[in-house]
Amino acid sequence: MRDIAVVAFSQSICVADAGAVNEVELIMPQLQAVYDQLGLASAQDVDFVCSGSCDYLQGAAFAFVAGVDALGAVPPIRESHVEMDAAWALYESMLKIRMGHADSALIYGFSKSSPGELPIVLSQRLDPYYLAPLWLDIVSLAALQARMLLDRGLVSEREMAEVVVRSRRNAMANPQAQLAGEVSVEALLAEPAFVAPLRRTDCCPVSDGAAAMVIATVEQAQAWGKPYALITGIDHRIENHNPCLRDLTDSVSTRQAAEAAGVAGGAVDIAEIHAPFSHQEILLQRALGLGGDTVINPSGGVLAGNLMMASGLARVGEVFRRIVAGEARRGVAHATSGPCLQHNLVAVLEGV
Amino acid sequence: MAEQKEPVTGIKSPVYLHYRFTAGKAPTRFLTRLKEGVLTGQRCPRCSNVYIPPRGSCPACGVATEEEVTLGNKATVQSFTIVSIPIPGNIIEPPYVVANLVLDGANIAFIHLLSECVNEEIHIGQRVQAVWKPSEEWDYAMDNILYFKPLDEPDVPVDQIGHIPISGWRS
Amino acid sequence: MAELAAVVGIGQTRYKTRRGDVSMAGLLREAVDRALVDAGVEFADIDAVIIGKAPDMFEGVVMPESYLADALGAVGKPMMRVHTAGSVGGSTALVAASHVQSGTFKRVLAVTYEKQSESNAMWALSTPQPFAVHLNAGAGGYFAPIIREYIRRSGAPYNVGIKVAVKDRLHGARNPLAHLQLPDITEQEVEDSMMLWDPLRFLEACPSSDGACAMVISAADSVTGTKPPAWIRGGAMRSEPTMFAGREEVSPRAGRDCAADVYAQAGITHPRKDLDCAEIYVPFSWYEPMWLENLGFAGEGEGWKLTMEGATSLDAGGDIPWNCSGGVLCSNPIGASGMIRFAEAARQVRGDAGNHQVEGARLAMGHAYGGGAQFFAMWVVGADKP
Repeated sequence: MRDIAVVAFSQSICVADAGAVNEVELIMPQLQAVYDQLGLASAQDVDFVCSGSCDYLQGAAFAFVAGVDALGAVPPIRESHVEMDAAWALYESMLKIRMGHADSALIYGFSKSSPGELPIVLSQRLDPYYLAPLWLDIVSLAALQARMLLDRGLVSEREMAEVVVRSRRNAMANPQAQLAGEVSVEALLAEPAFVAPLRRTDCCPVSDGAAAMVIATVEQAQAWGKPYALITGIDHRIENHNPCLRDLTDSVSTRQAAEAAGVAGGAVDIAEIHAPFSHQEILLQRALGLGGDTVINPSGGVLAGNLMMASGLARVGEVFRRIVAGEARRGVAHATSGPCLQHNLVAVLEGV
Repeated sequence: MAEQKEPVTGIKSPVYLHYRFTAGKAPTRFLTRLKEGVLTGQRCPRCSNVYIPPRGSCPACGVATEEEVTLGNKATVQSFTIVSIPIPGNIIEPPYVVANLVLDGANIAFIHLLSECVNEEIHIGQRVQAVWKPSEEWDYAMDNILYFKPLDEPDVPVDQIGHIPISGWRS
Repeated sequence: MAELAAVVGIGQTRYKTRRGDVSMAGLLREAVDRALVDAGVEFADIDAVIIGKAPDMFEGVVMPESYLADALGAVGKPMMRVHTAGSVGGSTALVAASHVQSGTFKRVLAVTYEKQSESNAMWALSTPQPFAVHLNAGAGGYFAPIIREYIRRSGAPYNVGIKVAVKDRLHGARNPLAHLQLPDITEQEVEDSMMLWDPLRFLEACPSSDGACAMVISAADSVTGTKPPAWIRGGAMRSEPTMFAGREEVSPRAGRDCAADVYAQAGITHPRKDLDCAEIYVPFSWYEPMWLENLGFAGEGEGWKLTMEGATSLDAGGDIPWNCSGGVLCSNPIGASGMIRFAEAARQVRGDAGNHQVEGARLAMGHAYGGGAQFFAMWVVGADKP
């Protein structure tokens, strides 16, 4: 199988409300940034383009079609779209490269979810016959999961607060972060419950924005002459939809994906984990088999800034950035989708 | 064994989703002028084509459109259809004419209504002009223009539709 | 480079206006179960599941693959959701194929669906957006002006669309799965039907259907089942923006480029001669002559002549039958419509198309398009292993 490298990445500064800009205006600066990193003129200079977005976040059918307006797709391009986080657009792009139909690919994800009420919108992602009519929102589902972890003694409220403290602290070095700063465990534990047992600080913010990445064969990456990181393993798995049919105190699909991606095949210097709630980071760290030697979420993770439909891709991008900067030799990126970590993708990146 | 039941063919599960839309930076500039009764296009810095209504990028080049171009009220019919079914949520009574129109000075068509015309006489290349609502009713919306109506000017040859200067059409 | 892959199982539902007797999951399972039986495999033999559908607003379920994972036997496996507007059925087949052609998996399940009766699809396509003038009376209103321009350019007689509408409905009458069953349809009847979007009449437009279509795609060393496989000889996708200055809307370049790509992969130089039949996405009658030209089956301005001569008709013994299954004009569960084209092309080269079989078909094309005729997906399948 052909080796595939990440060669460029850029993401928006995470903001709660991007204000007047529309989707095309959110996407274009990130595309331009990855073009500039490689000296490309437009999407015409790569072999394949794939994006991830969700119509319902914008409240318009075919929302992704407007994204094509940002690409300069004249003459026509080879292009596809997943109604998923753009981490899965990365997966689709890798298949295209592996089968020899492309040597390079541009991937982007975007959303402007601020116009709608995200928890309610996402409640419509649940089983339409039994769960969605209850308007069960995603924060409440995550709270159910946190309650199980706490009651079984698998996680403590203090550990959850420690995740938030580290996220905020790491985010101080991340210019794209939305929430950053020094906070104490005690101060967090003194906060009132939001959706018990979760406090507001245990929940990720929601951010408007976009992220873009370019991947290529090693030969193409070398031709561009820019530093790159190899994706040495990638896999994703889905679980039962109904949270009652799963053990919510574990993430079986993350374990399966981590094994298939070969996480255990070497020391992991850093891991970027897509954990929208503090307890999920602890859960995922265990499922990924990561020990104390691994630096978790050096960017602050999605608790510091959460680009819907692009956060998963951004985790891969953050690991790439640190590898090419020489801060890490081998790293793990994780993306999640669906209620209570239903669907998980794991990628292993290595320096050369 | 359970008694055979009629299939459940539906349940009531009302969902109300509220969205607070924003237009985008480039459309905002366009809509602000539109509220003043002026149609403005935006020019692509790379290919020089003028887009109206602007979306924020030249889709062909993938670059932002910054320069604004004030356009007039005259346009050419690029194509059209006579529609015999109602538009969901719109009070227009069928049959009505929906046309792809290119304003003088613009290089792309937009969709609007044709009226004050004999439907059967509408044709590609026909010259038309915007009919605006009374100015006190103007808002940030393309329906500030009620519709377009035919103009007494010679037809534009098909190969020149989309290439008429702002100064207008002279055969 | 690319691993060889083949369609080894196909399953479809009967297409209907409304399937009130099954849930969304139940609808999909009908197609999936049939595809698995056709391939002689079980869920345990499937490595990954790829699902596609048109906008979530058609059923009002956000990212429905989440809830469908259980019913599709995807638990513990990779699952991917494709959405490329109307071309999604074709794109989903190609994305599924890439899972095998990349050498990553041995056998995958691809499934697409739409349960349009659960919402008003025309409304979902035409939600009023603030700031824009809202004049969108369905897809027909968008495509009718483009068709008018085709008629002007080609000088085609007014009844070409009528001819296509009758031809595809007669094809559909041979296919027990087709939604519209109109074995007695006449040209007069089409001509007398209500003019919806001039020049498109009611009977020249596709219906709105509930339905699902599934396929099992295998690597060459993992072929199963008793029927011959349909070998994937080429696949391609192309996209261009909805609107840009100078856009050729009648014969979009994205369609021409996509066809050229897939023909080059399959070694096709003369599509009309080299292919035995084709399943082409024709939701409005006039798109048959337009796509005949766009896809190189006829020269510019000549497509309508093939239609009028009966070249695309199975009943008239045409040399290049198009849409023997009845096509989109007979059945249109939007998200599945593209995959039905791809699957019906495969049925033909497997010799398994029943009463709408083109005798001796060895090479066939499947085609899908979407958006403002801007997203294209195509494949060519053959009976012969390359």
